[in-house]
Amino acid sequence: MPLNWVLVLTTFLFCVGVYGVLARRNAVIVLMSIEIMLNAVNLNFIAFNGVVGGERLIGQVFALFVIAIAAAELGIGLAIVLLIYRNSFTVSLDEVNLLRW
Amino acid sequence: MVSLLATAAEHGTETAASGGGAMELAWVIPVIAMVSAALIWAIGKRLPMRGAEIGVAAMIAVFIGGLLVFFDAIAHINADAEWHGFEKAVTWMNFGPGSTVELGYMVDGLAAVMMVIVGFVALMVHIYAASYMKGEVRVTHFFATLSLFTGSMLTVVLANNLLMMLVGWEGMGLSSYLLIGHWWEKHENSSAAIKAFLTTRVGDIGFMFGIFVLFWAAGSFNVAHINELAADGGIARGTLTVAALLLFCGAVGKSAQFPLHTWLPDAMAGPTPVSALIHAATMVVAGVYLVARMFPVFDNAFDVALDVVAVIGSITTVIAALLALVQQDLKRVLAYSTISQLAYMIAGLGVGAYTASVFHIWTHAWFKALLFLAAGSVIHAVHSNNMTDMGGLFRKMPITSITYIVGGLALAAFPPFAGFWSKDELVVGAYEAATAGSRAGTLTLVAMLLTAFLTACYVARMLALTFFGKPRYDPEHVHPHESPKLMTYPLIALAALAVAGGWVGIPGEMNQFGRWVHYGDEHAAFNPMIAILSTGLALAGFAAGWAIFRMGKVKIDVRKTALAPFYRLLLNRYYLDDIYFKGIVRPVRDRLSAAAYWINQKVLDGAVNAAGMVAVASGRFAYRDVDQGLIDGLVNNLARLTGRTGDKLKFWQTGNMQRYAAAMFLGVATLVGAFVFFRI
Amino acid sequence: MQGLVFLIVAAVSGIAAVRLVTNKNLVHAALYLVVTLLGMAIIFLLLTAEFVAWVQVLIYVGAVIVLLLFGLMLTRAQIGKTALDRQQRWVAGPVALVLFAVTTPVLWRFFDGRTINLERQTGNTADLGTEIFTNFVLPFEIASVLLLAALVGAVFLAKRD
Repeated sequence: MPLNWVLVLTTFLFCVGVYGVLARRNAVIVLMSIEIMLNAVNLNFIAFNGVVGGERLIGQVFALFVIAIAAAELGIGLAIVLLIYRNSFTVSLDEVNLLRW
Repeated sequence: MVSLLATAAEHGTETAASGGGAMELAWVIPVIAMVSAALIWAIGKRLPMRGAEIGVAAMIAVFIGGLLVFFDAIAHINADAEWHGFEKAVTWMNFGPGSTVELGYMVDGLAAVMMVIVGFVALMVHIYAASYMKGEVRVTHFFATLSLFTGSMLTVVLANNLLMMLVGWEGMGLSSYLLIGHWWEKHENSSAAIKAFLTTRVGDIGFMFGIFVLFWAAGSFNVAHINELAADGGIARGTLTVAALLLFCGAVGKSAQFPLHTWLPDAMAGPTPVSALIHAATMVVAGVYLVARMFPVFDNAFDVALDVVAVIGSITTVIAALLALVQQDLKRVLAYSTISQLAYMIAGLGVGAYTASVFHIWTHAWFKALLFLAAGSVIHAVHSNNMTDMGGLFRKMPITSITYIVGGLALAAFPPFAGFWSKDELVVGAYEAATAGSRAGTLTLVAMLLTAFLTACYVARMLALTFFGKPRYDPEHVHPHESPKLMTYPLIALAALAVAGGWVGIPGEMNQFGRWVHYGDEHAAFNPMIAILSTGLALAGFAAGWAIFRMGKVKIDVRKTALAPFYRLLLNRYYLDDIYFKGIVRPVRDRLSAAAYWINQKVLDGAVNAAGMVAVASGRFAYRDVDQGLIDGLVNNLARLTGRTGDKLKFWQTGNMQRYAAAMFLGVATLVGAFVFFRI
Repeated sequence: MQGLVFLIVAAVSGIAAVRLVTNKNLVHAALYLVVTLLGMAIIFLLLTAEFVAWVQVLIYVGAVIVLLLFGLMLTRAQIGKTALDRQQRWVAGPVALVLFAVTTPVLWRFFDGRTINLERQTGNTADLGTEIFTNFVLPFEIASVLLLAALVGAVFLAKRD
């Protein structure tokens, strides 16, 4: 299977994720978009493992680590979202501007 | 003492031959101290002595370990005079081929000698402090930091590469900061701690850049590798000069040399055991140790490098000795004396008297730790640091007094006390450099002889005012008495070394020390003329000091003589603190606030009124230009520019995370675009 | 054959991903995520990464989606059609497009003609286990510590005082 097909798919998914992160106001949807980006990266790891990995499976190992870290990220992210919701009764990112000057 | 060490050395040969080399395990020693610090922090509070027992036990282990390593090293030196040291390392970080950072240790004569100094002084100070600090606040914290300090110092001593040395170096800075500010409830103490930290940091910047230069030139942080390259001419002399001068900046900061010496007297705000361990015997000699450790770098650079070292040392030794002469605070006398003696070592290194300088580290550690601990005992008894509140303590505190006097005589370098042998070698080194035609050597020789006189003079003053004469403390409230045994035993042990510690370096065939620590084929020649001259000067100084301050034979009020301005200069510490404060601290701090106020008052209000007041404003600007001068205007305008730019830019900080993310991804896209454009 | 399956699955997941970030119903978004992730799992299988594919199904489709749905419920997201899109499409759209437009040609030129070799990696779960527990033991342990830290952190952040 040509590597380029996979690469175009991953780039596309990654950019869709970027759009989601930038455009959606609901924090939970933003987290979902991040998951899509991470999955695109995972697909890259696995595809490249088939190209340059030789006998070893290092790319797949990395994909597993990415999944583990994504899970941790999601757990913390949701906890933060809940905390924000509890304090300000909103999960709209444009209304949360604690970083403002 | 000599024969004792010699037999021990022979014994060491046997152990080494049987394969149980203690040096293999030298890395354990700093680890013990670090673990002790962690343990005290973890469980110290629950122990009956609040953690002191862990510290003392760990220091016993450290000292014994240091001795084993020392004897093992001596055994190797005895077997092979050209022995270059034992080194072992594992890879710490690997940045690709040719740039590895090691985690390793190196034991040679220099490091072995330092191990003994650090181990013994740390042990004595821990024992002493267990009694001295009893009932104080935060004892646990105190002992943990003390252990941390010992571990850091041992890391510096044993480090086989500059990066590790820097780690230990900063660890010492941290623990020094924590300990100076131990009684932080008093504002002076915490500001003294900050001052010490910031001032040494100024020097450390130089040290770090020196490390970078050496890494760039040698491709390695390894000390032995760099030294070898420097000695073989593998690094250009110009590069070495730059590196040497930068490294020396670190030494100037840490060893409190002119012009960064002002932090050390203030550091006396810490508890006395801390002053003894850190600000007299060990940490402050780290600067000297650094120069000694990297000596091939200095030696193979252009002459200017070592000349700078010698000149800085000479200046410092004289000005600090003069300052010691006018201090009222007992610990401050000792602090300036420490600066002066450290400068002696630095100047000695500057004229190439390598062995003599390290030997002076060795003897100075014993008698200066002794003086500080004994001073602590005195202060404990009279509840005051001021010599105006002391006097006549000789009969009340015999052990303290006798050991203090022993330390004082060693400091004044009377034979056969320890200080004599090392000081004499240093003066001989300066004399040889001077006769070889070096102008810096001549300056150093003059400075050293002058300091010999001054040192004896302030020692006489200190002894006379503290222990003799009529009591000046308030007998109603203060009842001086001898300190507890835990405090006097360390004094006695250190006093024994302050007498005998110099005997390992008696010039001639018996000179053990010169074989342990040497650079090249250097040999210390004994010059009877020099010995007589320097001892004579010391005697004269002591007599003068004694005559003025004890006997009252010479009654002069310096304030009324021609020397009065000079006296005022000394009292104000050459106005250096004032210069630093008024020249650096205040302008930076006050200008900032003034600029902020100015913007508020003039810029914002002015904008409203500007339309009607253009003519007035221009006139005012001319006035202000004359009045406040160019620099003020520059500073203020810069501040105004910053303020205005900030006012504009702050609107970018919308607090909207997604806009930040958009900027980030745009940046990524730009980078990829640049890549496409330029590479494909 | 493999190529054909890949193209179909890729198209489905791509469309689902686009729907995920554009539709207005939050619960539907979560369901589109399921479709995307399942599609990815199938592609993993096509690329002979069996174990990763099943991990993907178990963790993402099983756990993560449930977690996200809970998140949506707990934050009382309005279920149904609501205008939840941020008024920022004019920034987000161009950024994503530029990123895609710039990256794809680069990748295409760099990796043109390379193919993914699928023969060498059959039945690889055992090999993967060997790899993780020999060469990657330390990262593996660190990942476990990370997960523990995340667990504690999440509990701490989200608990009611």
